[in-house]
Amino acid sequence: MNAPMISRRTFTAGAGAIVLAFSLDPKVALTQQPAKLPGDLETNRMLDAWIRIDADGNATVCTGKVELGQGIVTALAQIAAEELDLPLARVHMISGDTARTPNEGVTAGSQSIEHSGTALRFAGAEVRAILIDAAAKKLGVAPDTLKVSDGTIGAADGRKVTYGEIAGAVDLKREATAKFPPKAPAAHTIVGTAVKRFDIPAKVTGGAAYVQDMRPDGMLHGRVVRPPRYGSKLDSVDEAAAKAMPGVVAVVRDGGFLGVVAEREEQAIAARAALIKSAKWTLGPPLPDPATIHEHLVSLPTEDTVISEKKPAELGAAPAEAQVVEATYHRPYTSHGSIGPSCSLAELKDGKLTVWTHSQGVFPNRANLAAALGMGPADVRCVHVEGSGCYGHNGADDVALDAALLARGMPGRPVRVQWMRDDEFGWEPFGAAMVMKAKATVSEGRIVDWNYEVWSNTHSMRPSEPGGVNLLAAWYLADPKKASTPRNIPQPAGGGDRNAVPLYDFPRQRVVNHLIKDMPLRVSALRTLGAYANVFALESFMDELALAANADPVAFRLAHLTDPRARAVIEAVARKAGWKAGEKGGDGRGRGIAFARYKNLASYVAVIAEVEVDRASGVVRVPRAFAAVDSGQIINPDGLVNQIEGGIIQSTSWTLKEQVRFDQSGIVSRDWASYPILTMPEVPKVEVELINRPSERSLGAGEASQGPAVAAIANAFTHATARRLRDLPLAPARVKAALG
Amino acid sequence: MTISLKVNGATHSVPAEPDAPLLYVLRNDLALNGAKFGCGLSQCGACTVLVDGQPVRSCVTPAGSVGQSEITTIEGLGSVQKPHPIQQAFIDEQAAQCGYCINGMIMTAKSLLDRNPHPTDAEVREGLALNLCRCGTHNRIVRAVLRAADTMGRT
Repeated sequence: MNAPMISRRTFTAGAGAIVLAFSLDPKVALTQQPAKLPGDLETNRMLDAWIRIDADGNATVCTGKVELGQGIVTALAQIAAEELDLPLARVHMISGDTARTPNEGVTAGSQSIEHSGTALRFAGAEVRAILIDAAAKKLGVAPDTLKVSDGTIGAADGRKVTYGEIAGAVDLKREATAKFPPKAPAAHTIVGTAVKRFDIPAKVTGGAAYVQDMRPDGMLHGRVVRPPRYGSKLDSVDEAAAKAMPGVVAVVRDGGFLGVVAEREEQAIAARAALIKSAKWTLGPPLPDPATIHEHLVSLPTEDTVISEKKPAELGAAPAEAQVVEATYHRPYTSHGSIGPSCSLAELKDGKLTVWTHSQGVFPNRANLAAALGMGPADVRCVHVEGSGCYGHNGADDVALDAALLARGMPGRPVRVQWMRDDEFGWEPFGAAMVMKAKATVSEGRIVDWNYEVWSNTHSMRPSEPGGVNLLAAWYLADPKKASTPRNIPQPAGGGDRNAVPLYDFPRQRVVNHLIKDMPLRVSALRTLGAYANVFALESFMDELALAANADPVAFRLAHLTDPRARAVIEAVARKAGWKAGEKGGDGRGRGIAFARYKNLASYVAVIAEVEVDRASGVVRVPRAFAAVDSGQIINPDGLVNQIEGGIIQSTSWTLKEQVRFDQSGIVSRDWASYPILTMPEVPKVEVELINRPSERSLGAGEASQGPAVAAIANAFTHATARRLRDLPLAPARVKAALG
Repeated sequence: MTISLKVNGATHSVPAEPDAPLLYVLRNDLALNGAKFGCGLSQCGACTVLVDGQPVRSCVTPAGSVGQSEITTIEGLGSVQKPHPIQQAFIDEQAAQCGYCINGMIMTAKSLLDRNPHPTDAEVREGLALNLCRCGTHNRIVRAVLRAADTMGRT
């Protein structure tokens, strides 16, 4: 019997004042298909999977989304506390645990507020209504006469019942109905405020904040030895010599997987060094020549999809005076570059494996771990504990398997594995190198025809991909597992073609995605997937076309854009930066604008960047950047600013400095000297303007500013130098060559 | 082997070889989480501690080389209950995203403010030039250090 006991309740709007009208709606009771529920309630339908009311009246709130430093757990707590009418301090959050939380897939794509936040908003509203209903029964009054404040339900006559007192009388083990409207934005007191993040006090005082900080009794330290390059086979290694080293408990070899476990961390590191020295490998295939990597990628077989096409019959040929402009843009392989190398702890006990991991998706990771280890998923538990910021799919999932493989041989002893710096730089999946070709026709100041093609590997080889095991060590085991067949994330979100379809209104357009299936370097999701490169190309090209049309870049964009929210962020950032149409750059200084709506369905962001170019050294600096952002309803304005500003700075680093170095022998950028990133004195000052739209749904923002930032910098470079750079990064050698 | 270390005002004897990096001794023997492993190459600054007030990269500092010098870790500055003004300023400015670099930022800022109690914005940026942050929290970190300087100057 799954028919809902209470199928419809109607409410009057307004904080704390609720009218409950019970009626059995036969349509709902007879429906075969379960009703569509909002957010991730759709896939995790039981109320108590999300919210439990404890005997002390506090709430335990569970989310499958995880903290990556983006402040999501605090923001989700704000949403739950708001709907439950509980102070934030009385909401206890549990996140990302296969034994305790909803399965919400991967924390990625700037979707946590939309998926988990929406679920918690509706679940919270429903739990609150159920508690009020129970209180009304207990007090013998009508529910609509009750008011809630800080988890205490009060009647008009002054009698009170706390959530704790009625917690035992309500059963939340029931399917959510989502028929209890969440609060109106005007009634919000917690959502929309700059609540301080829960995780920061421990992080600034040396508290246990990260999986790296776990230190359970009996813990051993593990390290792994990776091959010299992809696809190599381990022929021999002097295991005995390593085994005889001080503190070494075990050398673990399974096919080409090689690791060591020791009592002390430095002992494990020393034994790793000895194993590296004695290991003999049959090398895998050489990598392509880095000098011609983009030509090589484009020459590989592709799967082609026309992802957008407009060719209205009534449009004739472009007039003779029309100009045709063409350009090709390149993006290199880019590293996630987490400051802390990936880390995990694993323990096998009574046949059950527990893995503490900073994976972005504990459920997919569990499924892949179980498959790699030949265990049932029910015998594996993955618990999220924060790690260093990941910015996408770094080594987090891989090191979990490394730890599990080492822990498997020593039941009852937790094994902690942290990758060394060169493991992370050498073996993490990179953001894919890409090629973007654009061709457009401009007539009478307007774009009349737009053609765009993008070539890229996949941007997701995560454990969540079907049909394979996407964990590094699994491919090297004596009984090796196969990775998934690469595929592109379909539009409208897109993968390599994320943001490849312009938001502008062009009368005629054709956009083609070329998915390159061979992956000469390991690649997967890096923050924004293809959007960083596509917005770089698309918005650089808009400026090239504005130049051809002799138009101001801001006016030119607005002339092709009808979406009022898109126009609003462009106008806001132009105002904020004091943009002047026709302002001359030069003398090594310039400014540029760019715009995108992330994924064409999340936050709207426009950025204006200022650059200074030193002709002698070729060094490009970005002293200042401005942004205007529309994320719909803002949950935490300070958190939003932090994400937008962080995205601009990270993108500035990618844009000015970053590219994975490799040669035919393998990956050679394996430390911060060979993979430099932006440093403190080089960081732009950033001013962010938020456009709050409380009546609009919240839109993901964590990846929304990187695309506009790169293109604004590239456009500013042209404004400063009258030269166009279409290859990233804008590094000194390339700049000097361009400036002759 | 055991070695003796003075950490945050107390003397400890730990069962480590003298060539063991100080970082692992602090983290694993003394259960001090603050200093972080980032690169093991003295390139990123996440492992920074103070030795006699000077910022030192504990990942490349042999534990046996420190002698009886005073080692200060971020735990020695303050706690969640009683934060040091620099720690409080980082909380007030919400100057962290993932926070993995923040130990190094705070410890380097401590030595900077000890030398120069009223730094300019540019001096703070230069002072933290060798500490890497990947999340893009730099400007908040600078604001936090300037706020701390202001607080400490007034008390």
